[in-house]
This record gives sequence, C-alpha cells and structure tokens, in this order.
Amino acid sequence: AAGMFLRLLSDIQWRAAHPKWRRMTSSQRSTSTTAEPHPVSLPAQAQVVICGGGITGTSVAYHLSKMGWKDIVLLEQGRLAAGTTRFCAGIVSTARPVSIERKMAHYSNKLYQQLEQETGVQTGYTKTGSISLAQTQDRLISLKRIASSLNVMGIPCEIISPKKVVQLHPLINIHDLVGAMYVPEDALVSSANVSLALATAASRNGVQIHERTSVSHVTVQKGRVTGVETDRGRIQCEYFVNCAGQWAYELGHSGEEPVHIPLHACEHFYLLTHPLKEPLSSSLPTVVDPDGRIYIRNWQGGILSGGFEKNPKPLFTEGRNQLEIQNLQEDWDHFGPLLSALLRRMPGLEALQIMQLVNCPESFTPDMRCIMGESPTARGYFVLAGMNSAGISYGGGAGKYLAEWMVNGYPSENVWPLDLKRFGTLQSSRTFLRHRVMEVMPLMCDLKVPRWDFQTGRQLRTSPLYDRLDAQGARWMEKHGFERVKYFVPPGKDLLDLDHSKTFYKPDWFDIVGSEVKCCKEAVCVIDMSSFTKFEISSTGDQALESLQYLFSNDLDVPVGHVVHTGMLNEKGGYENDCSIARLSKRSFFMISPTDQQVHCWAWLKNHLPDDSNLIMEDVTWKYTALNLIGPRAVDVLSELSYAPMTAEHFPSLFCKEMSVGYANGIRVMSITHTGEPGFVLYIPIEYALHVYNEVMNMGQKYGIRNAGYYALRSLRIEKFFAFWGQDLDAFTTPMECGREFQVKLEKGMQFLGQEALLEQKQNGVYKRFTMFILEDHDTDMDLWPWWGEPIFRNGRYVGKTTSSAYSYTLERHVCLGFVHHFDEKTGEELVVTTDFINQGEYEIDIAGQRFQAKAKLYPFSSLFTQRRRKDEVELSGYQRE
Amino acid sequence: FYLTPPQVNSILKANEYSFKVPEFDGKNVSSVLGFDSNQLPANAPIEDRRSAATCLQTRGMLLGVFDGHAGCACAQAVSERLFYYIAVSLLPHETLLEIENAVESGRALLPILQWHKHPNDYFSKEASKLYFNSLRTYWQELIDLNSGETTDVREALINAFKRLDNDISLEAQVGDPNSFLNYLVLRVAFSGATACVAHVDGVDLHIANTGDSRAMLGVQEEDGSWSALNLSYDHNAQNEHEVERVKMEHPKSEEKSLVKQDRLLGLLMPFRAFGDVKFKWSIELQKRVIESGPDQLNDNEYTKFIPPNYHTPPYLTAEPEVIHHKLRPQDKFLVLATDGLWETMHRQDVARIVGEYLTGVHHQQPIAVGGYKVTLGQMHGLLTERRARISSVFEDQNAATHLIRHAVGNNEFGTVDHERLSKMLSLPEELARMYRDDITIIVVQFNSHVIGAYQNEE
Repeated sequence: AAGMFLRLLSDIQWRAAHPKWRRMTSSQRSTSTTAEPHPVSLPAQAQVVICGGGITGTSVAYHLSKMGWKDIVLLEQGRLAAGTTRFCAGIVSTARPVSIERKMAHYSNKLYQQLEQETGVQTGYTKTGSISLAQTQDRLISLKRIASSLNVMGIPCEIISPKKVVQLHPLINIHDLVGAMYVPEDALVSSANVSLALATAASRNGVQIHERTSVSHVTVQKGRVTGVETDRGRIQCEYFVNCAGQWAYELGHSGEEPVHIPLHACEHFYLLTHPLKEPLSSSLPTVVDPDGRIYIRNWQGGILSGGFEKNPKPLFTEGRNQLEIQNLQEDWDHFGPLLSALLRRMPGLEALQIMQLVNCPESFTPDMRCIMGESPTARGYFVLAGMNSAGISYGGGAGKYLAEWMVNGYPSENVWPLDLKRFGTLQSSRTFLRHRVMEVMPLMCDLKVPRWDFQTGRQLRTSPLYDRLDAQGARWMEKHGFERVKYFVPPGKDLLDLDHSKTFYKPDWFDIVGSEVKCCKEAVCVIDMSSFTKFEISSTGDQALESLQYLFSNDLDVPVGHVVHTGMLNEKGGYENDCSIARLSKRSFFMISPTDQQVHCWAWLKNHLPDDSNLIMEDVTWKYTALNLIGPRAVDVLSELSYAPMTAEHFPSLFCKEMSVGYANGIRVMSITHTGEPGFVLYIPIEYALHVYNEVMNMGQKYGIRNAGYYALRSLRIEKFFAFWGQDLDAFTTPMECGREFQVKLEKGMQFLGQEALLEQKQNGVYKRFTMFILEDHDTDMDLWPWWGEPIFRNGRYVGKTTSSAYSYTLERHVCLGFVHHFDEKTGEELVVTTDFINQGEYEIDIAGQRFQAKAKLYPFSSLFTQRRRKDEVELSGYQRE
Repeated sequence: FYLTPPQVNSILKANEYSFKVPEFDGKNVSSVLGFDSNQLPANAPIEDRRSAATCLQTRGMLLGVFDGHAGCACAQAVSERLFYYIAVSLLPHETLLEIENAVESGRALLPILQWHKHPNDYFSKEASKLYFNSLRTYWQELIDLNSGETTDVREALINAFKRLDNDISLEAQVGDPNSFLNYLVLRVAFSGATACVAHVDGVDLHIANTGDSRAMLGVQEEDGSWSALNLSYDHNAQNEHEVERVKMEHPKSEEKSLVKQDRLLGLLMPFRAFGDVKFKWSIELQKRVIESGPDQLNDNEYTKFIPPNYHTPPYLTAEPEVIHHKLRPQDKFLVLATDGLWETMHRQDVARIVGEYLTGVHHQQPIAVGGYKVTLGQMHGLLTERRARISSVFEDQNAATHLIRHAVGNNEFGTVDHERLSKMLSLPEELARMYRDDITIIVVQFNSHVIGAYQNEE
C-alpha cells in the first residue's frame, strides 16, 4: 500500500495550485471592509509615503495617523496583507529574550485585543496563552530568565511542572520534559485581518491606501528624501517608510543613494491539518517546543505547526522580484524532522489528516533583531522590516515606535538594539546575508547561553595582528564585523574542551581570564583594541572646536595634547555616544568611540555639524591599529622603547602625544586604558602595527608581558564601575544618572546639546541611578552566573534591571551594574532617586528566578586602587567600553 | 592494507559522467531524461571505450559502448567515428547536399553531433583529417546513390557499421604517407572492437550490436518489481544461432576448426567485430601489408601470426544485429555494458540494482499532498522510509558507478562488501586483468511521462 501511495503523491506534484488555501483566504478577505484596489489616481504629493501593505506598513500608517499625521499614502505592490503577513502563523507571544522585543509584543497584544472593537474588522483575536516547553535543564534556565523579566513587566507568567502542562493541553506528551513556562495572556490572531483592521482604521484617519502600486525607487536630494517613483507616477514626499518586508533590501538598493537594509529571506514551513474528530478548542494554548524546534497552535479545529529547522533554505539571494508571494514548493523531506518532533510531542495526532504544507518566505536579519529607524545617509528615509518570523508579535509595537520616531524625533523606548544604524554597508553583502541567515534561523530555537557568538560571516574585519594573535591561542568574538580577542588559551590547555564553554554557570575560561587580569594588575598586558571607531575632525579656523563644543557635554577647549572623556548627548541629555576626544592641535581632534558607533556616530555628526566645506570629518578607523598596554609596568616598556620618560610627571594621565616606538614614528600614545588601570593606548598606523607589537612583546618580556583579551578588560572595567555605551548607557541615560556630572561642563561658556535637560535634572534630581551591586551570597562555582537584564529588587520590590555583570577577580565576587528606579508603592509613578534611597535599601538580584543578596554602591571601591592611584586619576569614573 | 572508503570512492568515481537532457530543448520533448556512464579499467591502459552524442540534424540520441581487444586502437577509432557514420546514414538527401556544398566552398559545416564526453574521453587530433576524408567519401556516395526513400534507422545502422569497418580496412591497405598515421591505421585494423550502440528517438529504440557487449532494458512490473529485457544477442560461442551462421558461411570441411574452445578459429571470443583484419583479409593481403608496413608491425608476433585453418576468409564481420523496440511507460532505463559487467552479474540483478537505485533517487523528488487524504502518521512513515533509502544510495550519484560498486564488491549475499571491494581495487595492474575485465556501463533513464504521452498520440 505504501508503494501505491508513493506513486499517487509523485503524480500529483504536477499540479501546483492549492485551491483549498486560495478559497480559505479569499473567504477571510471577504469579511474585510477596506482594500479594494483604488481606482483613484495617486496624489502628486504627500508628507509620508509608506511602501508595503503588510503588518508593519499598516501598523506604521495606523500609528502615524493616530498621532495626528494625516497626509499619508500607503502603497502596496499587490494587495494588502498579501505577503508574508498573509501566511503568518498569527501567534502573538511576549515570551521573547530581548527586553525591547518583549515590550513591542506586549503592546501589540494590547493593541490587537481592542482592534476589533475599534475598527469593526474581525481579527480573530483569542487569548489562548502559550506554553514553552523545556526538554533540558539549561532550557528551563533560559525560560526562567524570560519568566523573571515578564513578571517584572507585569505580564503574568509562571514556570510550571510537566503535570501542569498536561492539564493545560491534554495532547502533549510530557515524558521528556523537565518543565515549562506558561504565559496565559499570549494570543492568536488572524494576521491578515489584523493588518486589514489597522489599514481600515488608518484609512478612516485619512491615510490613502493604494494597492497594485509598485515603488520603483526613492529620490534623495542633498541627503533628504524628496519623493517616490512608482509605476503609476511620482509622489513628492518628505518621509518615506520602507516596510517592504523581504523586498526591503532590494528597494533600499534601487535608489541612486543605496540604503543598506541587511535582511535575507528563508523558506519557512508550517503544516495545516483538517480538524480532529473532536475538533480542538480555539482557546487551547499555543505550544512552543524549542528543543524540538517547533510551535503548535490550534487552527480551525485542527492544528497549525511549523518550526525552525537546522538546515534552512535561504531564497531570493539574487533578488528575484515578484508581486505577491507565490505559493512556493512544499518540501516534505525538508519538513520531515519537524514532523517527527511534532508527532513526538503529540503522538495522538498520527491519524490527523493533512490539509497543506505551507511554504512562506520570512526575512531574517544578521543579529535576529528587527530593523527600524532612519537611514544614516538619507534623512526622512525610514525603515521597518526584517521581523525574523515574529512580524505579528512585534508589528504593533514596532509600528508605534517608528511612528513616534518620525513624529517626535525619537521613540519612547530605547530601540538601539533594533536601530538600522547598528549595521553598515559591511553587513550588506548578499553572500554574507545568505550565510548568516542560515545560522540565524535555527538560532531562533537554539539555546542561547551567555556570551554566545555568531559563527558565520566571520573574519571579515581583522586587525593586522590577527594571525599573530591567533597563533598564540587567541579565541575570538565578533563586533560589527570585527574580530576581537576574548582571551588567550595558554599552550598545553585542552582546546576542544575550551570551545565547549557554553554554560549558564561558571565557564571553563574562568582561570585563564583570571590570570590575564592578574597580569594587568601586577605586570603589563597587551590587548588589541583596533575595532574602535576613530574619526578625525579638523577645520581651517575654529569651526571644529565650536561645533564640537556644541555637540559634546564636556569642555573640549583644553590645551593641545589633552584627552577628554565626554558624552555626545541628545536634547534630552541622553547618551547618543560616549567617547574620548584628543585635541591633536588647535584645530583638529581625534575621536574614539565604541566599535558599533561607526555608522550611528557618523550620521549624528553629519546631521548636526554645520554644512561647512572648511570643516573636515574623516573616518580613520581602518588607518590605525590600537594596542592597549595595561598594567603598572606599561610605563617601563614604553619608555625603554621610546627613550622618552613616561612617568606621570612627564606624561600625565589623559594625555596624548605623537612619538616614536621602536623604529616606527608617528605613534599616537594616550595615557588611558579604558579600565582604570595605569597604562597607555597606542594608536599605530597599520603598516607599523606588526613592528610595534613585536617590539612591545620583546621589550616587555623582562616585565612579564602577556597578551590579554576583552574578557579580562570587562572584568577590570566592571569592578571599577565603568559604564559602557550600548550596554549600560543609551539614549535614555544622562550623565547625571550615572555619576558623571564631572564630565558635564554646564558653565563652559557656550550652549551645548542636552544642556537644558541636564540643568533641569541637576535641579530636580534624577529618576534612575546607575548603581553597582556586589553579590553577597552567590557561590561562583555552584550558582548560576548573572549575565545582564536581571531584575533588581530593593526591600523585596522591583526597582530596575542590571545592564552588565562580571566576576571581579580582585573582590572575588560577582559585580553587577544596573539602574535603580524609585516607583511609588501605590501608584507606580516614578519618583526621584536620591543617594539615601540607594544606600538605605536591602537589595537582591534575580537570576533565573533565584534571588541573591547584593550590596549596592554608588562609588567604586577606592581601597582597591589607592596604592596605584596617581594624583590626577580623573579617568577613574571615566568612560569605558568593551 | 586496505583502501579507505574515500579512496575506494575516488577510484570508482574517477571516470563517472552524467548528462541530463533538458526536457524540452526548443525543438523536441525528449524521451531520455539523461544518462550516467562510468568505466573501471582492468587493462592498462583500458581497452574499453564509450560514446554518447545527440544528433543535431536529425532527432535522437546515440549511445554506445566499445570493447577493444589486442589493444585499444580499434575501439578508440570506432568510438570516435561510428556515430558520424550513423548520423550521416540517417541524414536526408538535402542535408547531405548542404553539407557537401559547405565543405566544397569552405563554408562552416553544419554541426552533426553534439558529444557528451567525460574529460578522459579523447579524440585523436592527428587522424581527424584522414577520418574526415573517409567520411566525406561516404556521404558523397550516399548523395550519388540518392534513393529518394526516407532513411530507415535499421538500415542506416547496418550500413554505418559495415561502411566504417570497410573504411578501417581500406585505410590500412592504402596506408598513409605520414608514418605516425600509417602506423595508427594499421594498429586500428589489426586490433579489434565490439560495439553495442543505442539510438533513441521518441519511443523508437534501436540497438545495433556487434560482438559480446550487451543492451538490456529495465522494466518495472505493475507490482513495482524489476525485470530485465534483453535487447541484444551476444555474438559468441554460447549463441547457437551465431555458431550456426558462421558454419553456414564456410565449407563443411572447416566445420570442426571454425569454433574451438568456444573461440572463433580457436582464437577470438566475439564472433563479430570491427577491425581484426587477421580474420578478414586473405593471407596474401595480410603478408603484403605487414611486409610493407613499419618495423614495429613486423616485430609484433601477434600481427604476423596467421590463424590456423585459415582457408576461406573473411571469418569475421562487423555487421550488427539490430533490434527495434517501442518504448513503453514501464521501460524505465536501458543499460549498455561491455562483457566485463555481464561476466560478474546476472542481468536480473542488474535490473533490480539499477531500478532500486533510480527509484531511490527518483523519490528524492518532492512529494505533494494536494487534495489527497494523508495522515500525519502516514506522511511520517513515508518520510522516514525515504530518508532510509537515501542514506543507502547516498554514496553514489551515478547509477553506473553504483552498478560497478556492486559488480566488483558484491559478496555471496548480493550486497557490497567493502573489504572485497577494497581488495579488488587495490590489485596491482598486472594482476587486475586476471580477476576482472574492463567494465564500461551506460545507464540511460527514460522519461515515462513523455513516453506515455507519445503512446497516447499514436
């Protein structure tokens, strides 16, 4: 019988159409009230043109129109909600690992819940809840971490036993489960109808929607969007929003000035079945089995089940454009492992009849987070795309944030993790994207332990010393495409073992990093820090100084040769960037920022610096190799190599000088180490890099020099309470909130960006305070390690979250950094956080549901460092990054 | 000392070649999906040859295997030349005229064949001019003969075989001023080769066979099992009709000496072959040619040796036996192979192994549910079965390679034994020929959908 069956199947593959599905969707569509093709001609101009009528495009239109913008045109090349949105599984889940994603999903859930009432369009919203299953203890830990975060957001959520799982969903086989997470308020919707409802509401608010209209390209003049060319004519506009989903990359590249939107589509499969004999209730919770790589939801009495396979099939790498997403081939062999996982999870479904295997492309991004924000090169060009298969969960919230961004200049939450400007042209290679998304899609289900790293698309940007360091046992991680050393495996250590350092507990590199830290404290270490973003800003007259004085909070009118730590603040006083600026001459400055600031900082400066041809800005990141010499003996190494006295009297802290090191001349030496330890950073023109490195290592031998990596650096900076932009600091944090008043010169004699906000904070106090926590009853060997994002409790009440953590080899304790808020006990209103409030509390840090006592401190342990402190150690609470 | 599985694979796959026919080439829908071919040497150098080509001026595809003996020269020449002779024999009068006019006026020639060759399948550059002139003479004669009738494939095949053998013989008698070519044409004529050639055009399959290579059709029965259908007869002592034919062609006095120890005149295994002028020419002619030939020829004991009881030549012919077969949807594939394969494997086993291999591959094609009633459990079972099948044939991407693996490595239970395979493949050159013969295989896969459609038209 099996043989006959086989032949039947292979015979029918010739028929490509799937009439059942077609009929089903058209019946869904008939319930909608909007969206018949507009016979109306396109307007000649509009304030905003949105391209894409899927969930993201309609959500942006909905929120913009709600916020009062009326002159909006939404263009859809096919029909509304006809792309990925139409095929979306319709699961709205807040069980997401990243904080901003949880917030978006939470908002989406609330939005969709009332959408039917608001618009009259049936959205199929059903609050079913979701159950995330854990087959292993590690998986349970990661669920517990999410549960902790959801609870403090006020989203009900509990960790439940396998027994409880069966009560919630009788079909689940629990014999291999160790536990699960239940989120009762997660929901199901009909994604196409949600999109249509948003479109309906938007069009009632005045948004014009035109279907069957393709955008060919966007025109940009003088760095600003001026209009959109479509197959039905041109529309002049101030703002363009690219919500083209999987076509966003191509659309971004269609204009003269390309906008790089790094995303790539993969085939995504899910299964639809006929109803069970006793049809499944529509309120049955959605089941996510990440260890089996599948999700299962009830669907019209049967089930809908899909997953994220280990071997995804990327598609459209060459960019094949098409109108709506045609039904792609079903690939049962490819789906096989997921089907096995489904039947293992729900063996009772064996006899259930298959309706269809749906193949719909989903777009994925290089870091699994969606892409939103404004193009760094074209003002007014906004993007919202790359939803990594969670378009429905994020769509509502993401649309809101983007609308706020356009209307107010910045969203109401820190969306840097999603900002388009975290990427540059370097993530735009199709080969890179193809390889990376093949890694990203399975990662949706893979267990993510602290310090996990991508494996594909590596070795793109490297220091000239890469091979040398690699040969000495370097282990690498990647940031913005740049390879950076984590630590050095000493000769003789078992390498295989070290590569398996994936754990929520004490990692196997613990002692290795410990010895690197020790060497930094007692002798001298070299860390290659070439990935730093480096800009040079100069002018013919005083323009450079004047503009920078406006853009930076600290006083840059310092004597030549001085280095200033300063924030680059926005109007609210929040950190857009945190950098060190050396004054090279009266009229030129050398600016060092974190690695991932390359695109963002450049765009910020371009947008804020006056359009003056005498003011020259250059990205010199690639021109210099940076070697950080950390430790008390750095001074000896350097003075021997340069025949120049390097002691504090001759070379004070926060000083910069061009000098010769070995045979090489023109090395910029700065007396900062980004760790609070004594030492220097050498900025070496790359052709000298190998020479200087060899000289330093040879000369350093007698002082006990060794290589070190970023893990050691992180331990050093966190135990000294140094905040790091992108990790601890963001656009919503001001210097006042993180103890850096001294880096703000409110009376520097001229206005600067953010000054008013800071003045106000100075008068009224701050609403959150950057605080250092030392874990008290935490057993480094036995307990779960903190990572970041752990809830902080003060006197048993939630007050904030950690932003980074590290083991301090000096304190022999874990140190967490994070922000403490003061929520009113009754109203939840945010109150001013005073020093007393911080000091008078009993603190606990919640690591995956387990609370550890912690001591809060607003200032670092001075006793640790006094012996080596120099008199003007201003750097101490200075800027830091990893 | 054993070869590792990757080493075994690299030996087995060194000569493998696959060609997929575009389903629609702009002119015709092809009944051939494609073919896999491979050869494994036992002689050094290998004496087998293979050819495959698409006819460009007529429809159809030509495939053939050639088993050389007493050297590879004849098999090489036949593999290069025979398809041109067949193609020319099939050409209509106007096309022949067109070609001749093009040559006459030095214009570009219409391409006649599109070859599908493995990089190791070479053509001799030196002889191309000589071969071309002989071929041209042939088509000029065809033009002169213009019968006005449409070309019959059977006749074309027979004519082509006979004509080429005739040309080989003539070229050797005439000789060539170039000493290299002179020696070459003599080596071609004094060595021999069998040929088994398939011509496929739509549902018409013609097999022309000369010698003891074999063509076999793989047929899938209604219950899914596989059976073999012979499309050629071996021309050797085991074939009674063939023995009968030889005896008929010679006086009764020679009856006893004609076939001895299952060999022609006690010497030659195949009863039909190209070349082998020692069994075709008169003794005088042989002596004259050898004497006037180059020294290397004179030094060769084999060429000088006149077969015993050699009274009424010719004893040997290159005339093929042609079998015509109308392809049916159940005819899934055709195997052409030299006797190296058939000595070790029964054709029934060949049909089964290739059939199962091809369906294994075939089942990799996507399956679709469409409107059929399939349960999750059934689908799961089906997918598991497919995965298991894939992993067993996973080693080979080429049906011919898969067959060679079985031919060389099969143990008594009919499954591939790696140890045996490794031993057989690591035999030193001088020993290899004692345990196995050169093996050359072409497996042609048919498109049942197209064949079914043809059938319905008729």
